[in-house]
Amino acid sequence: MQEAGIQNGTSLSQPDAIIRAEAIEKYYAQPSENRIQVIAATDLSIVPGEIVALLGPSGSGKSTMLRMLTGLSLPSAGRVYWHGRPISEAEINVSIVFQSFALFPWLTVLENVEAPLKARGVPPAERHERSMRMLDTVGLDGFEAAYPKELSGGMRQRVGFARALVVEPEVLFMDEPFSALDVLTAENLRSELLELWAKKTMPTKAVFLVTHNIEEAVLLADRIIVLGRNPGHIRTDFKVQLPQPRDRKSEPFTQLVDYIYKVLTRPDVAPTGAPDQQAGPRVRDQRQMRYQMLPHARPGGVAGLLELLLDKGGRDDIYRLADDLAFEIDDLLPIVDAAQLLGFLTIEEGDAAITDSGAEFANSEILRQKELFRDAAVENVLLLRQIRRALEAKSDHTVPEEFFLDMIDEQFSEEESQRQMETAITWGRYAELFDFDAGRRRFVMPDALEEEIAASEDAK
Amino acid sequence: MRIQNTFGRSLVAVRNWPFFTDLIIGACGIATFFSLLQVGSYWLARPTPAVPISHSIRALPLYAFYSVVRIGIAYLLSLIFAVGYGYIAAYNRRVEAWMIAVLDILQSIPVLSFLPGVMLGMMALVPGHQLGIEMGSILLIFTGQVWNMAFSFYSSLKSIPREMIEASRIYRYSAWQRFWQLELPYSAIGLIWNSIVSVAGGWFALIACEMFPLGNRFFRLPGLGSYLQTAASTSPVDMHALLWGLAVLVLIIVATDQLIWRPLIAWSDKFKFEQVESATRVTSPMLTLLQRSSFLRRLPARALSGMEESIYRRLSVTRACRVVQPVDDDRRGGQMLQIGLGIFAGLLAIWGAYEGFRMMQAISWADVRLLLMGAGATFLRVNVTLALAAAWTIPVGVTIGFHPRLARILQPITQVVASVPATALFPVLLLALIRLGGGLGIGSIALMLLGTQWYILFNVIAGAMAIPSDLKEAATLYRFSRWQRWTTLILPGIFPYLITGLVTASGGAWNASIFAEYYHIQHRTLQTLGLGAQISAATDAGRFPMLVLATVLMALMVVTVNRLVWRRLYRLAETRYKLEG
Repeated sequence: MQEAGIQNGTSLSQPDAIIRAEAIEKYYAQPSENRIQVIAATDLSIVPGEIVALLGPSGSGKSTMLRMLTGLSLPSAGRVYWHGRPISEAEINVSIVFQSFALFPWLTVLENVEAPLKARGVPPAERHERSMRMLDTVGLDGFEAAYPKELSGGMRQRVGFARALVVEPEVLFMDEPFSALDVLTAENLRSELLELWAKKTMPTKAVFLVTHNIEEAVLLADRIIVLGRNPGHIRTDFKVQLPQPRDRKSEPFTQLVDYIYKVLTRPDVAPTGAPDQQAGPRVRDQRQMRYQMLPHARPGGVAGLLELLLDKGGRDDIYRLADDLAFEIDDLLPIVDAAQLLGFLTIEEGDAAITDSGAEFANSEILRQKELFRDAAVENVLLLRQIRRALEAKSDHTVPEEFFLDMIDEQFSEEESQRQMETAITWGRYAELFDFDAGRRRFVMPDALEEEIAASEDAK
Repeated sequence: MRIQNTFGRSLVAVRNWPFFTDLIIGACGIATFFSLLQVGSYWLARPTPAVPISHSIRALPLYAFYSVVRIGIAYLLSLIFAVGYGYIAAYNRRVEAWMIAVLDILQSIPVLSFLPGVMLGMMALVPGHQLGIEMGSILLIFTGQVWNMAFSFYSSLKSIPREMIEASRIYRYSAWQRFWQLELPYSAIGLIWNSIVSVAGGWFALIACEMFPLGNRFFRLPGLGSYLQTAASTSPVDMHALLWGLAVLVLIIVATDQLIWRPLIAWSDKFKFEQVESATRVTSPMLTLLQRSSFLRRLPARALSGMEESIYRRLSVTRACRVVQPVDDDRRGGQMLQIGLGIFAGLLAIWGAYEGFRMMQAISWADVRLLLMGAGATFLRVNVTLALAAAWTIPVGVTIGFHPRLARILQPITQVVASVPATALFPVLLLALIRLGGGLGIGSIALMLLGTQWYILFNVIAGAMAIPSDLKEAATLYRFSRWQRWTTLILPGIFPYLITGLVTASGGAWNASIFAEYYHIQHRTLQTLGLGAQISAATDAGRFPMLVLATVLMALMVVTVNRLVWRRLYRLAETRYKLEG
């Protein structure tokens, strides 16, 4: 059996570090004498042979950290060394893959990839040859004469990768490289990157990835650093010893994701050691569960869909349904997702099939529908369950919205958190799980339920 | 070999056109050579301040040529200056605020106020050659062109996305590579549009500065402006020559638009900073033709690449190309520059104050009173002009904007009419006014109107076209009364555009006042009370203290009105009346 995965701070003292940061800090001077501290004094090194992922909530200074390590940004205090030499004097060889791709729209794909070589004075023939080879490697042969705006997002990021790799960087930095791409494209690019790395197709010795996606970090990284905020500091730094390729559904994988999630959601609790990354029984702990992405659909829409489906004999092709309703498929999908999440229907090979509870829901009158919806929501939707429990637990039966927003925004972007909360409110109001006081931004227990609870407590 | 085109005809078309284009381009090259000779021999000749101007139509091409050369050189100078100034202002945080303030002030000084200083300075600089006088007039055109271009380049540089800059740093671009691959392409579109505006401003200044009295001397350079003024000044008026002159002017302006600006705009499409390709783009047959020329296609690749490669090779060993330069490093450098500039500015201010004080002694209270009254009169006149212009352009512009078919017919026509510099039309209009017996008091308003109404008209048309049709339909559906339609839909809808038009028009009107309130025609001097008239009169009489004081007063008024009125209205337009697409 392998030893436990936690090896905090292992790499700090390693002598062969490529990049070593000593007590780097970042603060911005304010006119009023006091300064805004963005990153507290931090030590960090990047050693050969590992993919490091830097995780952290927004505002923890992930990007600032990356820019200080690459020499793009000057630390306010502390120093960064490149193979032992100060970074401002060393001829460092790194690349960055940017979130926005940062390609030059007026240059062709080939010219974009050639540009860094041009800066290094590589003669034209060699430049052309190396760039073409790199475009071939990332799967863009035939696109060299295209302009970036003619390409899809995924292809554009491939150009970004080709440009980064063509200079054969010792360290490849990536600043949320997949977050501007759709899920499938991102997945694709991630696995291709891993393949390049595993086969040593690229001469790169280390990869440094900034991300806010926990799964992405666990999927790719050999070492994960979690940052906390106010000011930015390292919360935990551990090695991931799961063998590649990693299976998202395996027990150790999900445990590690849950562990990181727990670290991120409890900023005031010192993190414990990372879990043993071997298979083992998984404890179903509610606090470890992750919030599902709520589809932005209205309960009325769900009811309408189920009624239609029942009319069609309980089962129909989703695309045909969209057609019948004269809906764009993109508008219908959230409704289908919502019904599926609530257990009202199942999807099999592109067909939506109504479940028993779904059929009962569709056949009921409005008050019964609300009851059924309430049961399904509490059973299936973690956020709604938590709101409900919190309301029941508190003596005054009200909880501020902020409280839940803080929890879900570790998992979603700020904007998405807002939308998630809006959807949760719509659903909860419909199901009469709670009322929402929009003026005070607080959840309140509905009067009727309050009496009910009081009654049941009396009965005890 | 596989033949892709099965029709012989298409093969021929593809092959022959480049050949003809090459021929034409070759001929153009030869023409350029001979024109250079012509210009050179004229410039290096002994100075003749007042070149006699022929009325013959046959002399027109040569005059037109001289004028175009002046504008062209002034434009190139403006471009270089704008790029240099914008670059320094954008990258030196310590001097940035100063440089932008200077630009703001220079922009509000009327072009023609620079005339005596620039002319006398240049003639002193290059004595003994016609070149001195020429350089004076070129520099004057330059002052009419350069400021907005510098502003445009500066603000483009400031708005380059952060990650693009970081990419250029992390891949260790030299300043040279960054300029050609990032900064210049990013600002190209803004520069081109501002160039169009600038060259129009250049024509305005050119017509005015080819022929003018200065103190006891009289200057007249061979050119289109002199030709037009001379034709108008003979008595009886040489109508024939005047009309021909105007026709040539219009021809040059239309040709510039078709041969230079449209191809440039079409070409600059590739510099659009956008993620997806837009559906509508400007097309230019001229550009297509040029792009087909095999000669031009091969030329840059051959001649430039060798030079370029050696530059890049040499730069690659410099510090900038070996070490990543931090983006937020503002500790190094700049300090000495700032101290130096501070001292320089201080000395300049002291000197200016001293000179100003000395100058003021030459000015009596009566002069000051006259100036203040003039300022009031011109202020009134400018605002009456704006009101009149708005009164007719808003209804007309909205009508045109609401009827796309009308817009398609009228827009090119109005564009040509508007592109004729007001200074060229002044003599014609003035002659008509004199014949009708009107004085310059009212006449000057008509003259100012002539130069400024177009800005408002174009913006109103654009604004009316930008009102979404569903809003228009809603107004019809709910049976809005005419009054309701105007107050709730049209006026708020065009408001941001109207403000843009009015701001430009206001600047133009102040500028035009110098010309409109004081005019020599047929050996007479027409003038009326006004600040512009004071400036012109002071130039004529060589009373420089008066000129400076009047100019300062005018600049002050323009800046104040901009700050107090236009900037607020702008903000209102941007926040409240913005129609989001």
